[in-house]
Amino acid sequence: MNKKVRFLQGNEACVEGAIYAGVDFFAGYPITPSTEIAERLSEYLPQRGGKFIQMEDEIASMCAIIGASLTGKKVMTATSGPGFSLKQEAIGYACMAEIPCVIANVQRGGPSTGNPTHVSQGDINQARWGTHGDHSIIALTASNHQDVFKMTVDAFNMAETYRTPVILLFDEVIGHMREKLVIPEEGELEIVDRLRTSVPKDVDYHPYLPREDGRLPMSDFGGEHRYNVTGLFHDMWGFPSNNPKIVNELLRHLVDKIDNNVQAITRYKEHCLEGAEYILVSYGSSARSAIHLAQNRRNKGEKIGVLELQSLWPFPTELVREKCARAKAVLVVEMNMGQVLTQVKAAVDNPDRVFLANRIDGKLITPSDIKRLLRVIQGRGV
Amino acid sequence: MAVKDYLRERFFPHMWCPGCGHGTILNALVHAVEELELNKNEIVMVSGIGCSARISGYVDFHSLHTLHGRALAFATGVKLSRPNLKVLVPMGDGDALAIGGNHFIHAARRNIDITAIVMNNRIYGMTGGQFSPLSGPGVKATTAPYTTIDNNFDVVELAKAAGASFVARSTAYHVKESTELLKKAILHKGFSVVEILSQCPTHYGRKNKEGDAVGMLELQKTNTAKLGSKALEDNPGLIPRGIFVEKECPEYCEEYDKIIAQAMKGRNS
Repeated sequence: MNKKVRFLQGNEACVEGAIYAGVDFFAGYPITPSTEIAERLSEYLPQRGGKFIQMEDEIASMCAIIGASLTGKKVMTATSGPGFSLKQEAIGYACMAEIPCVIANVQRGGPSTGNPTHVSQGDINQARWGTHGDHSIIALTASNHQDVFKMTVDAFNMAETYRTPVILLFDEVIGHMREKLVIPEEGELEIVDRLRTSVPKDVDYHPYLPREDGRLPMSDFGGEHRYNVTGLFHDMWGFPSNNPKIVNELLRHLVDKIDNNVQAITRYKEHCLEGAEYILVSYGSSARSAIHLAQNRRNKGEKIGVLELQSLWPFPTELVREKCARAKAVLVVEMNMGQVLTQVKAAVDNPDRVFLANRIDGKLITPSDIKRLLRVIQGRGV
Repeated sequence: MAVKDYLRERFFPHMWCPGCGHGTILNALVHAVEELELNKNEIVMVSGIGCSARISGYVDFHSLHTLHGRALAFATGVKLSRPNLKVLVPMGDGDALAIGGNHFIHAARRNIDITAIVMNNRIYGMTGGQFSPLSGPGVKATTAPYTTIDNNFDVVELAKAAGASFVARSTAYHVKESTELLKKAILHKGFSVVEILSQCPTHYGRKNKEGDAVGMLELQKTNTAKLGSKALEDNPGLIPRGIFVEKECPEYCEEYDKIIAQAMKGRNS
């Protein structure tokens, strides 16, 4: 097999995944530590007949990709904390109008301008609730470049499948670290293309009437069907409506189409989890330290394992409950004040045995950081 | 096709107040499209938020009703990804030049082939009559009970300075003139701006003693004069109407096509 082997940054692995998934259009604004995604795509997209545009701000970038998606293109933007904040209004628009798009957020320290060149995982809750109003969202993450590639492909696929924005929550360490990536052959990974309507020309097309399987076939702007798209509550033609029945049904649809598919969306990995008495729940770059520690202690006979989450929203509550059911203690390893900890505590039967191993100073959490807390929990002293 | 073939009649009557100038602007715009015999499938209308923004619901084009101030940013994505489409972007004055001011100047700077129509009634109508960046000083509004002290933008001067390659102004009173200017703007290759002064008798006229719709239309007639006219020469204080800029400049999507050609060549060599 003639696989392409590359040595590159995580941000570049994300770009390779986007190209593999068929990205046609990128709009962005420079921001550390995600800028390499824009830089690489400004080079690669025109080589493939695609379009890259550097917009006047983060808000405009998010709006531009939504406009491009409506013409039938696969679209993406990339940013970091402050830019992610600015994009939230238009992310909500994409949720409401059901526009497929992918937003990569390479996380840095916050709040505000925070710690631009250092690592953090502080945007987990912002990915879930950053935009106003009830909605659901898909957010994926990864701890190594092979998975950055795969999750990026998955993000594009899920955006099309569920007609929704999908967030890629990477972090500064993953974004800037260099390691090996084996680019899969064409056809090796599934690619989901835009589902277009089969309604013929001059027949009434309902852009917001779900099929029996819940999916909503689209029609490209510029094509045969002229319809309305709005951020207001709308009927099946896309026209504004404040009819209570329509409002109620649309909001439930927006939430249910994602939350009812949590099993299909869930992505995770197990590391030494078989028979583990102590379970580390982690994701992104902090999972690397958790995996390192678990493998190290396993070699010394300790029953420690890692549940690595690759999809954070919708949160895989059932999975976490099931995997952690027999653990003596669960440590959530993350680089924030406990954003995933809250979810894990809510998921398990015994939340008193869930602990936070975190680091929030801009430095990558190390295996020793986790080990120190683990020893205390195990009653082996400080 | 008849003018009404360009309208979505099932959504009429429209939601604008009696006497509002926006319906007249819709009239001028639909006539422009009809007279140019444009294909409905090739027109995308992108609007923002406000009274003006509701115009996109009434036309039988591809229509995108977006966020407050962001219409031009969405429109840029539509146009760059499908340059064969005609993209029309009607906006209100607050929509285009307060919250959307940054997108306005940057779309002009790029000279991307989009037609921006500023429906300027000098007030935020939908939220109940607050002053806008086009109200100017000495205006009464619900957020300026003692009158405004804010200076206003001149849309024409701003668009010129920002790089728009077609800039024109008319009023809701001058419907036929508006139609002619809109036709030229739509056919123009590059970023075109047409400011159309509109009247809001409900919020602006009442508070500022400009009377009802008829009184306000009368002011659009008497307070403005055609560029190059004797009336304007004699009364330089009048608001000029007509075409202020019409020039050929490199258009953004065409320039990007050259980048694609260059990138593909580099890749194949």
